[in-house]
Amino acid sequence: MPLSLREVEHIARLARLELTDEQKALYREQLEAILDHFARLQELDTKEVSPVAGLSAKQAPLRPDEARPGLNREALLANAPQQAQGQFKVPPVFE
Amino acid sequence: MTDLFELSLKEMQNGLRWGEFSSRELVGAMLERITRLNPPLHAFLHIAAESALQQADEADSAGPDDSQPLRGIPIAVKDVLTVAGMPATAGSKILEGFLPPYTATSVRRLQEAGAIVIGKTNTDEFAMGSSTENSAYGVTHNPWDLTRVPGGSSGGSAAAVAARLVPSALGTDTGGSVRQPASFCGVTGLKPTYGRVSRYGLIAFGSSLDCVGAFGRTAEDVAEVLTIMAGRDPLDSTSSDVETPRLELERADLRGTRIGVPKEYFIKGMQVEVEEKTRAAVAQFEALGAEVHEISLPHTEYALPVYYILAPAEASANLARFDGIRYGPRAQAETLMDVFFKTRGQKFGAEVTRRIMLGTYALSAGYYDAFYGQAQKVRTLITRDFEAAFHEVDLIACPTTPTTAFCIGAHENDPLAMYLEDVFTLPASLAGVPGVSFPVGFDGKGLPVGMQLLAPRFCEEALLRAAYAYQQATDWHKRKPGM
Repeated sequence: MPLSLREVEHIARLARLELTDEQKALYREQLEAILDHFARLQELDTKEVSPVAGLSAKQAPLRPDEARPGLNREALLANAPQQAQGQFKVPPVFE
Repeated sequence: MTDLFELSLKEMQNGLRWGEFSSRELVGAMLERITRLNPPLHAFLHIAAESALQQADEADSAGPDDSQPLRGIPIAVKDVLTVAGMPATAGSKILEGFLPPYTATSVRRLQEAGAIVIGKTNTDEFAMGSSTENSAYGVTHNPWDLTRVPGGSSGGSAAAVAARLVPSALGTDTGGSVRQPASFCGVTGLKPTYGRVSRYGLIAFGSSLDCVGAFGRTAEDVAEVLTIMAGRDPLDSTSSDVETPRLELERADLRGTRIGVPKEYFIKGMQVEVEEKTRAAVAQFEALGAEVHEISLPHTEYALPVYYILAPAEASANLARFDGIRYGPRAQAETLMDVFFKTRGQKFGAEVTRRIMLGTYALSAGYYDAFYGQAQKVRTLITRDFEAAFHEVDLIACPTTPTTAFCIGAHENDPLAMYLEDVFTLPASLAGVPGVSFPVGFDGKGLPVGMQLLAPRFCEEALLRAAYAYQQATDWHKRKPGM
């Protein structure tokens, strides 16, 4: 299954990954080989088969919607590369 | 007297209870061994010596307590599970410096039973790999031969248990990441039923597949760990409320147990000794009273493409959270969008990037039906294979891996060859059934050969009872690397 460099760039953009030209070339080649190997899945007739939706037999359980303490704010913020005024700090989104 | 580090978990429990040694002596002996052997093995990424000794002293002054079956016993935890106050890297540069403010439920339950977390073990980055070569912090070496991989992704935990650095360690298994390294390192490794153990605090890879499992040197020891960490957790909606069995292994009688051997698991190109040792172990089960039947799991060959579409697809969504905003390092950039692109581009390793690309492709417009949709349907067929087989037999016996441990660097630049290492462990992961791998012999190079038993969902007791019976009758699991 041929994969173009443009498709590789499109996927990388969707996944928010900045790749070098060498990486793009390498991944194009490797993903093409992997997808070729996967093409055999198309040989199976699955018209009558429903997809696996999840392995838990039951529906997801619900809990009462009650306020309760969450994780410690300082400890969480301490992991952030930048923080200010008790919040995560990021570069400007709009000029 | 035997060196303390030689003892199994069960023997440590007994020794502490009868006051034959203190937890301080035990933890001290393990730390001494870790200090000496971790440099050549690189099994641990983080060693919590000080807190471990402090907890040992606390356990000693409190004395034994039946309500805390693991009191004073050191264990190790794979570095994809969070332990409050210890770094959690998931083997990735994108989480460098991350100090999680909470503890995984699986770990917390072991701690509440008195276990002491002595350190965090190496893993392929985000548990993606079969060798630990994908760790951003360096490869772990196999204790049986330092030029070989320990398997992966839980290679650090498997190597630590094999080298007698800890009696038991936690791992995670998404497509074989407990069973395959257990096989390569000659230890016992359990992947429970999907949902048996809470995933809260497990850094997510493939959420419909991820399972927290355990390594030990015996089936008895992993059964003990499973019993303590299993059970419903309000913090994981997929955790099951099926009752956790008290695993009574002593009554290990295999008379009447039907064991199926799937013909699809003996393939061209597999190492001859792996087939021989597996068949010999099956004969041993027969000698123990089990009935052996040949069975068929016809969709086995499709497990690899199904897994390597679904797991990367789930991973591409799960790993979207690593964006340089809330944790880990942030790349220098002028705009928010560039922070995302540069941080992720620079900090994810090659295999993780490859899988995010693969998963994103499989989920993208125009390809979703052909890849993700079709893979989910074939997953149903694979699950049905197991359901049909378990109408005929109680357990399935097959090799864990096609070969014994391979050399470091053997699959460099060939991701597909690395994926093929998982060919025998993937189907059980897709079907969500439990499996245990344990040593059944050694190849001509002196490397351990593992085989796995698989059981219907939530039938860990039958699984572990059979492995226990095998270990009562044989002593492959007692062999240890010359370290």
